[in-house]
Amino acid sequence: MNQIFYSETHEYARIDGNIAYIGISDFAQHALGNVVYVDMPETDDDITAGEDFGAVESVKAASDLIAPVSGTVIETNEELIDNPRLINEDAMANWIIKVEMSNPSELENLMNESAYKEFCKNESH
Amino acid sequence: MHRYFPHTPHDIKLMLDKCGVKELDDLYADVPPELRLKKPYNLPPEMSEQQVRKFFNTLGADNEQLICFAGAGYYDHYTPAIIPQMIERGEFLTAYTPYQPEISQGTLQYIFEYQSMMANLTGMDVSNASMYDGTTATAEAMLMAIAHARKRNKVLISSTVAPAVRKVCATYAQYHGVELIEIPTTETGISDRTFVETQLANNDVAGVIVATPNFYGILEDYSGWADMCHQHKTLFIIHAIASDLACIKTPGEWGADIAAGDAQSLGMPLNYGGPYLGFLCCTKALIRKLPGRIVGATTDSNGKRVFVLTLQAREQHIRRDKATSNICSNQGLMSLFTAMYLSVTGAEGLREICREGYNGAHYLAKQLVETGRFTLTYPHSEFFNEFCLTAQGINLDELMELCVANGILPGVKIESDKLLVAVTETRSRQEMNRLIELVNTL
Amino acid sequence: MNRDLYGKLVFELSHTGRRAIKIDSNNCPEATPISASLMRNKPLNLPELDEPSIVRHYHNISTNNFGVDTGFYPLGSCTMKYNPRINEEIAGHPEFSGLHPYQPENTVQGALEMYYTLQCALSEIGGMSEFTLNPFAGAHGELTGLMIIRAYHDSRNDKKRTKVIVPDSAHGTNPASAAVAGLKVVEVKSRPDGTVDVDDLRPLLDDTVAAVMMTNPNTLGIFERNIPEIARLAHEAGALMYYDGANLNPMLGISRPGDMGFDVMHINLHKTFSTPHGGGGPGAGPVGVRKGLEKFLPDPRVIRNDDGSFSLTGCKDSLGAVSATLGNYTVLLRALSYILSLGQNGLMEAGALATLNANYVKECLRSSYMLPIDTVCKHEFVFDGLKDKTSGVTTLDVAKRLLDYGYHAPTIYFPLLFHESLMIEPTETESLDTLNEFIDVMQRIAEEAITDPDTVKSAPHNTPVGRPDDTAAALNPIVTYAQLIGNE
Repeated sequence: MNQIFYSETHEYARIDGNIAYIGISDFAQHALGNVVYVDMPETDDDITAGEDFGAVESVKAASDLIAPVSGTVIETNEELIDNPRLINEDAMANWIIKVEMSNPSELENLMNESAYKEFCKNESH
Repeated sequence: MHRYFPHTPHDIKLMLDKCGVKELDDLYADVPPELRLKKPYNLPPEMSEQQVRKFFNTLGADNEQLICFAGAGYYDHYTPAIIPQMIERGEFLTAYTPYQPEISQGTLQYIFEYQSMMANLTGMDVSNASMYDGTTATAEAMLMAIAHARKRNKVLISSTVAPAVRKVCATYAQYHGVELIEIPTTETGISDRTFVETQLANNDVAGVIVATPNFYGILEDYSGWADMCHQHKTLFIIHAIASDLACIKTPGEWGADIAAGDAQSLGMPLNYGGPYLGFLCCTKALIRKLPGRIVGATTDSNGKRVFVLTLQAREQHIRRDKATSNICSNQGLMSLFTAMYLSVTGAEGLREICREGYNGAHYLAKQLVETGRFTLTYPHSEFFNEFCLTAQGINLDELMELCVANGILPGVKIESDKLLVAVTETRSRQEMNRLIELVNTL
Repeated sequence: MNRDLYGKLVFELSHTGRRAIKIDSNNCPEATPISASLMRNKPLNLPELDEPSIVRHYHNISTNNFGVDTGFYPLGSCTMKYNPRINEEIAGHPEFSGLHPYQPENTVQGALEMYYTLQCALSEIGGMSEFTLNPFAGAHGELTGLMIIRAYHDSRNDKKRTKVIVPDSAHGTNPASAAVAGLKVVEVKSRPDGTVDVDDLRPLLDDTVAAVMMTNPNTLGIFERNIPEIARLAHEAGALMYYDGANLNPMLGISRPGDMGFDVMHINLHKTFSTPHGGGGPGAGPVGVRKGLEKFLPDPRVIRNDDGSFSLTGCKDSLGAVSATLGNYTVLLRALSYILSLGQNGLMEAGALATLNANYVKECLRSSYMLPIDTVCKHEFVFDGLKDKTSGVTTLDVAKRLLDYGYHAPTIYFPLLFHESLMIEPTETESLDTLNEFIDVMQRIAEEAITDPDTVKSAPHNTPVGRPDDTAAALNPIVTYAQLIGNE
């Protein structure tokens, strides 16, 4: 199973078993522009759905990262430290944190691919 | 019309016509009548320049300029003539924050120079463009530690840090919900290391703040402190007197994560309290948590090296309530002052300035102790250019009165029987001898 | 002149062995050196120059700068008015600048009287009971003011009040100051005309609100005519009204924040009272309070004794200290010098002339620029970019093109209410001739945006340097000379 869910604040959670790979959507990276820095939590930190766990910065904007699911950070994407622009190149492949979910039922509150596409269509109007 | 306003009655008429109104007052039709001023301000009428000058001369005559042995964080150093002259140039003086880099390279460049010099002086990797003063810079360092630790709200501050600094930190802490705990002073006038070790063991301390030299002029030995803090994921913060860092071990060399303090000692006039300049420097790892403006180097559309405000996404105008700090500008001109001062002194000149103060302070301390009216409060600790004396059978208020009557400020009375005395390169041996004579007459 | 020289850093002019200072010896005996373990070992890399080279260097880089002395500086919300030179002389007066902050009170009576006099003048202008002049800048004043408000609620044992209501058009410092003061920010929406929506505000006011923080006129330059109603609602809910004095200038001689119902306010002396901005500082942000709140002001306060002498004092109810002593003292000297120079008559004239200048520019340019809120403004107004946006010329491009014509750019992309905000504040010290020249240039740029958009989009062309690469600067921050030459 490798399903992708999205939040209204444009984070995605790509699910692999009990693991969620969390990043920002392609729509979000586009809106933000050139990413120059990603502020990430540390491994073993707990994150809570709906609360911020970091931020993504472009030159003149910053956007909080809101956790789509709760859990414990088991890995951060170190590559983004030296090369944050990877998010612009491929936001979906370049996840920000890898989280062991504590409450997978939270996924039910998120959107699937097609619902999210529809949501973005309305956002850009 | 007042001399600062260029409007002739004809201009006003023409402009009102363009705006489609008859009188200036019509532009305020939206202000409810009950809010309007009922009568002109109760203030004197316009003064000529001559009158203004006379007004301040009269007030100034009620002040006494004294030969200054007072320090306690603010020192009477010499200001080279070129600095006040250059910082009064209109292009520097009347510019605002360099939002338009294409026409602000002057400001951006001196800030870059300032950052470079200050980082090197403190032994740290990076510096911001400056803060208001040393007290607020230290409070911001405390907030940085809190922001960095995310889930800790406890900070330790040594009671050997100047009381003014501790007081401002305590205010910020109180309202920001930081638990600020004072580290006791040992009988040798230094921070109690055992106390710190015990506190750190709980793994809930975000930062530890100490000073070099400390409030009593003492150089504390911080060997091992940085490791001790880092073992508990605690930031180590050192408050420093800027000019002394030419000679004494720097925050960077002690392994500090953040260096904060006042740069007044870099030749800034005492100005009865300000403006001075707060410096805030840190390790490269912490740069995204560093508040305030930061200038960076980049290239322009022609490939030429230029300077810009950078890392702005951290700041209040973008992050609003999520910013680490609410600081908006920096201390602007005073960073130009600092860059110019350090260019004038160079490394050698600054070391000579320190040496004069050091030799003078040790001479004066010895002589004052020999009068029998004082003992050194902390005789077993090394001091730099400032020292604390305990009065022996003399009344410090009487001493203060006698000295002031003779045009001398003998120091700062910090307790009923304790006098803090500082010596800089501006004090001559004759002036020191005069102070010693006065003490002898008591 | 060789412009390339002006881009050199002071470090690049350094030559080993040069020096610019001679230090006198005090002829004291050489003291025993400090222990080696307490000495600096890291090399001190400061430039080595002679005095003439330093003067030429800083003189030259100053010519790459633009100030109010250089030309028109219509930077919205910053009140870039003329900075009189007499104020500079007063600030450098050695009988003030030579005073140590911890001198005995009886040796600084003139200095304390100056503080007290300015405090009283600001109280008169603000309609307040007392001002502290200790805060170092506007943002610092906001923080101090919010601490006063918290101290007030705490003194009544009213601990629930943890929120500050701030309009969505507010200066970014407002929410940031609230956060530093430990308060949560709740945004209240603006109506289409840019003023606070009272209906939106009403339900937000409850017993958890510490303060409503507003600037009036607001950041769109529009007077909040419902301010008496807003103040009444806030006070009924037990909250205090905070006035952000960043936009006080047009109200000089017209209306006082105290009379509008505000309880606590700050003034940016570097805006309304003409102390120089100095490339970012030093400023000053005095904070005033209405009667009954004086005891919460920060320590130290300056009081006048019955015998006419002045003293420094503290108060047990005080919020604490926000500065070591009396703030940026010589900035205060400049402000009092300005107030005395203007006098009652000058102060009464200033606000209306600032408002006249802004409205005149607005009316002259509305045919070429999009005016989203069509009403009489106060000291400043906001365009939402060009009226004709078909060529894709943005507000940033217009701003950069202005630099080519010898003007500083207005404030851009603030307030956040519009996509292409262009915020213009001319101030009262600009003449009709200057305004007309500026208007001509703005119109020419609007024409160029149609006829020659590429020139506008690639502007500036005539400035000392071109548009910088901000992304590269942020991706790989180089913030010291050591980093620049790869010598970390």
